Amino acid sequence: MPYIPNTEANQKEMLDAIGVSSLKELFKDVPEAYSFPDLRLPKAVSEIEILDELYGMALKNSTTGCFATFLGAGAYNHFVPSVIPSLAGRGEFLTAYTPYQPEVSQGTLQAIFEYQSMIAELTGMEVVNASHYDGATSMAEAAIMSINVANGKRRKIVVSPSVHPQYRETLRTYLPGNQVEIVGDEDHANDLDELKAMLDGDTACLIVQNPTFFGDLLDVDGLAEAVHASGALLVVVANPIMSLGLLKPPGEYGADIVVAEGQPFGAGLNFGGPYLGVFAARQKHVRKMPGRLVGETTDTEGRRGYVLTLNTREQHIRREKATSNICTNQGLIALMASMYLSYMGKSGLRSVAEMCYHKAHYAAGEIDKLDGYRVVTEGPFFNEFVVQCPGPVADLNTRLFEAGILGGYDLSKDYPDRQNQMLVCVTELNTRQQIDHLVESLKSKGSV
Amino acid sequence: MKVEPNARYSKEHEWVKKEGDLFVYGITDHAQDQLSDIVYVEFPDVGESFAAGEIIGVVESVKAAADLYLPIGGEIVEIHEDLMDTPEVLNSDPYEDGWIVKFKAENPADWDNLLSPEDYEKLVEEE
Repeated sequence: MPYIPNTEANQKEMLDAIGVSSLKELFKDVPEAYSFPDLRLPKAVSEIEILDELYGMALKNSTTGCFATFLGAGAYNHFVPSVIPSLAGRGEFLTAYTPYQPEVSQGTLQAIFEYQSMIAELTGMEVVNASHYDGATSMAEAAIMSINVANGKRRKIVVSPSVHPQYRETLRTYLPGNQVEIVGDEDHANDLDELKAMLDGDTACLIVQNPTFFGDLLDVDGLAEAVHASGALLVVVANPIMSLGLLKPPGEYGADIVVAEGQPFGAGLNFGGPYLGVFAARQKHVRKMPGRLVGETTDTEGRRGYVLTLNTREQHIRREKATSNICTNQGLIALMASMYLSYMGKSGLRSVAEMCYHKAHYAAGEIDKLDGYRVVTEGPFFNEFVVQCPGPVADLNTRLFEAGILGGYDLSKDYPDRQNQMLVCVTELNTRQQIDHLVESLKSKGSV
Repeated sequence: MKVEPNARYSKEHEWVKKEGDLFVYGITDHAQDQLSDIVYVEFPDVGESFAAGEIIGVVESVKAAADLYLPIGGEIVEIHEDLMDTPEVLNSDPYEDGWIVKFKAENPADWDNLLSPEDYEKLVEEE
């Protein structure tokens, strides 16, 4: 039997049913010239020849391994221990799809459960879902959840201008049609006090990023209290998530929802995706939480087992009353994050975070000494900081590239008021030599 | 199916009982039976006012989510918060411990226009 059941007899049956004599007649509306166009393909070559050609093309590519990378801004170049790709690449994990059937999915379900438990500890939150597509969609879901926690009666979202610009764009892509007002980031100068002043009885949530997109740490003292006094929720984007190895968890300073990009935990840069949307909330709001949740239980014989406790609720139970259309999760990347966290352990994670912090501060100190350059980040920061450069960042980066360096993020693209400002990121992968090389290269390019 | 003789009923399978000047509201035995195991109740806020037939909340079971319609217009004066932790009471005792809200009717005489226990039984039989 042919794999695709479309035999001549099948075709004739279907054509007869619609009263068409032949396939040619069926497609008669397609102009002759387009039905079988001349494709002008090169002459067929052997497998050896084509591999040779493709290899030659592949050699033109560069990877982050070819450069000293100082680019962060949402995607972070961290070390991925070999144990992760080799374990996550096992067929049992790699091919597993949605774990609807607990009797055949205990491995995947337990991995998600462990992921949820570790993220809960790291963020200081009570419940964590099985993940979303990426940090940006997690944040948009957090805004929707805030509206639903208020039973749809609060429809204003206050978002800080120091939240990742692409996250804010995703928020606006997600929310039209919901009669929601998004304010706060229209003026890039708005600080926490100005944002707090925008909170009112119609505000569903305040969204802040900590550390901010510019790398500095927010003064969170009294923040949650101010937000809660207005009856709104505090949503914290905990990016870069590696900072949680060192900083106070957002749950401890009163966050109601914590979202983050989980990519730094063992996923690599992956050309920008697939990434991992981390989503954590308070137990009391669990019924309003999007996505799915894996829980631990016992079977009829008292043995430990794992099941989807809030599984396909949106699709199968709430249907048109669903508050989110997210029913899936980023299973494989969540698995890699659990592997990373288990492999590093508490002290390992802290060491990575400390290395990021100290190397970044060394780099900032050295760059600040250069003529023409100034670190404009004031106060404490984690592993990213803003440098005021003597000329356009794009020009500078072209020259750094020639010196084997991927320079920082050009902030003028998203913040026109930040001309010549570069967001520099330093991770544990940046060696002292790389940092010194960056400083030297900037010095010689001082007169851009 | 149990029908509470002192209550009056809506076509949406909800009951309303008089309690002094107030009215008590819940879902019927037939409704809980159709929904099966109830796991969650979404309440209105105390002080909120609704017109007759407006949605005041949602009950969610392992099978379905159903809107709660208030059959008489009025203002919510109390919600049965215990149900947040013990929603299964809606299954075991829908007419007493399973009450959902208490409200002040805009026009108390509207209660007389709801279905009598007999009419409601007939409605369920016809369904």
